[in-house]
Amino acid sequence: MGKRIHVTTTINGEPVEFLCEARQSLLEVLRDVLRLTGTKEGCNNGNCGACTVLLNGLPVDSCLVLAVEAEGATIETVEGIACGGHLHPLQQCFLEGAALQCGICTPGFLVAAKALLDKNPNPSERDIRFELAGNICRCTGYDKIVRAVQDAAQRMAASR
Amino acid sequence: MSAATSAYVFLPRIRRVPSPPTPQLAAEIAALKDFEYAAAATVEEAVSLLAARGDSARVLAGGTDILVQLREGLRSVDLLVDIKKIPELTVLEYSPETGLKLGAATPCYRIYGDERLRTAYAALCDATRIIGGWQVQSRASVGGNLCNSSPAADSIPALIVHSATCQIAGPSGVRELPVEEFCTGPGRNALERGEFLVSLTFPPPLPRSGSHYLRHIPRNEMDIAVAGAGAWLALDESGRIAAARVALSAVAPTPKFAAEASEYLVGKAPTEEVFREAGELAKKVASPITDMRGPAEYRIHLAGVLVRRALTKAAERAQSGY
Repeated sequence: MGKRIHVTTTINGEPVEFLCEARQSLLEVLRDVLRLTGTKEGCNNGNCGACTVLLNGLPVDSCLVLAVEAEGATIETVEGIACGGHLHPLQQCFLEGAALQCGICTPGFLVAAKALLDKNPNPSERDIRFELAGNICRCTGYDKIVRAVQDAAQRMAASR
Repeated sequence: MSAATSAYVFLPRIRRVPSPPTPQLAAEIAALKDFEYAAAATVEEAVSLLAARGDSARVLAGGTDILVQLREGLRSVDLLVDIKKIPELTVLEYSPETGLKLGAATPCYRIYGDERLRTAYAALCDATRIIGGWQVQSRASVGGNLCNSSPAADSIPALIVHSATCQIAGPSGVRELPVEEFCTGPGRNALERGEFLVSLTFPPPLPRSGSHYLRHIPRNEMDIAVAGAGAWLALDESGRIAAARVALSAVAPTPKFAAEASEYLVGKAPTEEVFREAGELAKKVASPITDMRGPAEYRIHLAGVLVRRALTKAAERAQSGY
C-alpha cells in the first residue's frame, strides 16, 4: 500500500478531510472511503459520465481526477443536489417523466444537467443534447432525459 | 439430438467461461498501480523532478489521457508531476497587438469560453469545443492534447494553422519549436529527458482573417476523428487570399501541415473551385492507415472534402469579421 496523503476539501458544503493514496481516483475515494455511493462507476475511462461531479463548479468525470488533485477544491455530488428535504426540480422532473430505467447513469445526468442549467437557464434541445453528450444512457433513448431537463428549466424559470 | 441441444453440449468444450472475479479482485483490476504524486510549484521544480526520474516520470495536466493509459496498462510510471499549480501553466493572455499566450495546462473550456478568442482563433475554439464532452473539456488541455501526440488529436491542426510556437522548458533552459515540428510519430514527440511543454504562443490575428477546424466522426459528438482538417486564411483589401495555412489530422502518423495546398491558395480568389483544388493538393500529405475507424482510401477522400469545407467556412468568417 502506498503512502497516504492528507487532503482537505469541501464536499456538498461541508468541510471534509480524508486520507488517500496517490493512485486513487476521486471516484474511488468518494465511494469507498467517504461512502458517498450516489456517484456511480460506469466505464472508469471517461466515456460514460456516470461518475460526473462538480469540481470547483465544473462538471468532471471523477474517475479521471486523482483524489490528491482535489486538495483545496469544492466538490458537489448528486447527494448535494436536493435541498432541505426537497428534491431538486431536475430530480422531480426525472421522476415524473420516467427519465430513467436502471438508474446507473442518472446521478451523472443530474449533476451535468444542473451544471448546464446553472450556466444556461433556458437551453434548447440542441444545447441539452450537446452539453450532455458526455453522459451515456443505454436505457431511455435520451428523449425522456432531454424532456425532463426542459421541464425542469421551465419549472425553475416559473419559480424565479 | 436436436441441433440446439448438441450446440449446448459442445459449447463448454470450445469456450471456457472464466468464473466472475470476486469484488475484491474486480477492484484491484480497476485500480491504478501505485505511484507517487508531486505538485510542482515552479517550472524549475518540475524540470528537476522530470530530469531525475527520466522515463519513469510523466507530466499530469488534465489527466484525461494519462490516467486512462495508466489504468489500461498502456503506460506505467513511478511518479506523476502535476504541473497545473505552476502559475505560468494556466495563463491565458490575449491582446490584439501581441497575440495569445496559452499555458500548456489551460483547460479547453477556458479557450472556447473566451469571447475574444472566438473571432481571433476560431479554429482553436472549434477544436477545443469537440474534444470529448463537457466533463473532459473542464480538465483536458491543448498542451496535453499536443504532448499526447495522437495522430487524430483535434487541437493540433488548429495549432498548426494558427502558427503556434511551443515553449519547452528543460535542464538547459527554455527552447522554442514551431508546433508542426513537435509530433514525431504516434504518441511520440520532440520532448527530451527532463523537458516539458510550458506554453504555446500565437501571433496576433490579421485583419480580414478567418479559420475553422472540423472532423468527420460517425456519431454526433464524443468520438475520435476518422479524419480532421484545419484551415486559416487572410484576405487582402481586394478580397483575394493573401496568406493561408491548411493542416490535417488522422490521415498520417502525425498531424500534418499541408504546405503545397497552403502555398497554392496565395493570390487566388476564395472560390469553391480554388478550395476544391487545395483539397486535392492537401491529399498529397495523407498516408493513412486502415483501422476500425475507416479504410485508408476513405480517409484520403475525406481529407479533400474536409479541407474544402474548412476553407469555405474560414473564408466566410474572414469576410464577415466573425
